[in-house]
Amino acid sequence: MRQNTQLAVVGGTEAGPNASIRSEISAIFEQVLNRPVSIEDDTDIVEDLGMDSLGVMNFVMAIEDYYDLSIPLDRIAQIQTVADLIRAVQELRSGVPA
Amino acid sequence: MTILAKHAALKQAYDALKESGVDPAHLKFDAILSPTEGVLNGRRTILMGTNNYLGLTFDPDCIESAVDATRSQGTGTTGSRMANGTYMGHSALETALAEFYGRKQCMVFSTGYQANLGVLSSLVGRGDHLMLDADSHASIYDGSRLGQAEVIRFRHNSPDDLYKRLRRLEGAPGDRLIVVEGIYSMLGDTAPLKEIAAVKRETGAYLLVDEAHSMGVLGETGRGLAEAAGVEADVDFIVGTFSKSLGSVGGFCVSDSPDFDIMRIVCRPYMFTASLPPGVVASTLTALHKLQTEPHLRHTLMRNAQRLYDGLQRLGFETGPEPNPIVAVPMPDQETAVIFWKMLIEAGLYLNLAVPPATPNNVRLLRTSISAAHTFAQIDTALDIFAEVGRQLGFFVEGPRRAAGAL
Ligand SMILES: Cc1ncc(COP(=O)(O)O)c(C=O)c1O
Repeated sequence: MRQNTQLAVVGGTEAGPNASIRSEISAIFEQVLNRPVSIEDDTDIVEDLGMDSLGVMNFVMAIEDYYDLSIPLDRIAQIQTVADLIRAVQELRSGVPA
Repeated sequence: MTILAKHAALKQAYDALKESGVDPAHLKFDAILSPTEGVLNGRRTILMGTNNYLGLTFDPDCIESAVDATRSQGTGTTGSRMANGTYMGHSALETALAEFYGRKQCMVFSTGYQANLGVLSSLVGRGDHLMLDADSHASIYDGSRLGQAEVIRFRHNSPDDLYKRLRRLEGAPGDRLIVVEGIYSMLGDTAPLKEIAAVKRETGAYLLVDEAHSMGVLGETGRGLAEAAGVEADVDFIVGTFSKSLGSVGGFCVSDSPDFDIMRIVCRPYMFTASLPPGVVASTLTALHKLQTEPHLRHTLMRNAQRLYDGLQRLGFETGPEPNPIVAVPMPDQETAVIFWKMLIEAGLYLNLAVPPATPNNVRLLRTSISAAHTFAQIDTALDIFAEVGRQLGFFVEGPRRAAGAL
């Protein structure tokens, strides 16, 4: 899985920060979708979770509130999987440019 | 498989719409009789969804000036201002618009859509930050993609969310440009401009207001929401269109920015498209003059808007938050929206069927836009048609109630 390799470069490990961000993200998904979800790094946010564009927008805004950051629109467009999202959150938190 | 197969999902939704007997993309008028009447499928129809706020499309003076200019200067400029030069009318219109807004500078574009593309892509660039209301018009989103600035979306009409996002950018280099609309085109709600202006001042951002639907509609002299909210001094750039209250086609941007003229050589949607034809420029100038000298048009417009808004509410329909010339009635679901719209048309009332993705929050809307040219009789007929279709579709089974929850 390509995304996982890229994640490793950023420095996440299964037990490391990724795992905790993933569980936080999972809780936000459940809150926005109002149902339990199970996500993996390669979960496709639109395809696998059945989100429409409004759902994605609400979800992104919830993530932004939670982590106190803004994800620029061009970054949002690049995010397809949960791993992409974790990477974006990590980079934006640490101030690493896109 | 064709090259357009990538749009299969949208096509499927569109085909479903067509199967139910409606095709908003191919609605054909047999004739347009006046600003408020047309012939549709052989039937005289009241037009109540055409953004013709002041009803100037058939104004004899506007028509006369367009005909004169066309006779004397021809049907088109056949090129851009850069290539084929500026005609007298272009400069006169820019001067008149700058004067109307009390600004030093004005640039005219060939459409409002292009004005947003051009202005947004030129004012901010790489390293800058563009703050867009989430419910922004397509031309604003497209303009944001034409440029290189980082684009951040804030919650619709939320100065708090905007503030939070600007605060997060503290210390980052680059200019910040906030973009909002005077009246939002789908629901007819206005931006909380006073509060947004306060955020702008506190964070040192620039502010652009798209007054497409509020020019000639709001404000003591018709300059729009910035005037109505008393914050014109805080608004750095105003974008607008000629295609609504001025009854023609074209767009503009006014500003006091001293180096504004540089836009004429950096703004690609200005430089690489043909300028407006003399006839359009002339009728727009005449319409702008009417907007300024005939305030009764605006008062009639607001009185008409109030009558439609109150009438729909009395019938039990849900309406938007404010009695503006855009009144949108939410429908409970897609099927009802489509049937309702079709029945209105069959009964002789034309308005807009607005469905996702053009609408915010996935709502289905029957969107009306009222005109100063509507008579009370036309508005009352429209209300009767609404009541009859609503009754046939079972909206009022237990007496008047909130329509959106009725089915
Ligand atoms: C908010 C807003 N901005 C810009 C435009 C574009 O205007 P025009 O029709 O002149 O391209 C519209 C109208 O469609 C609009 O609603």
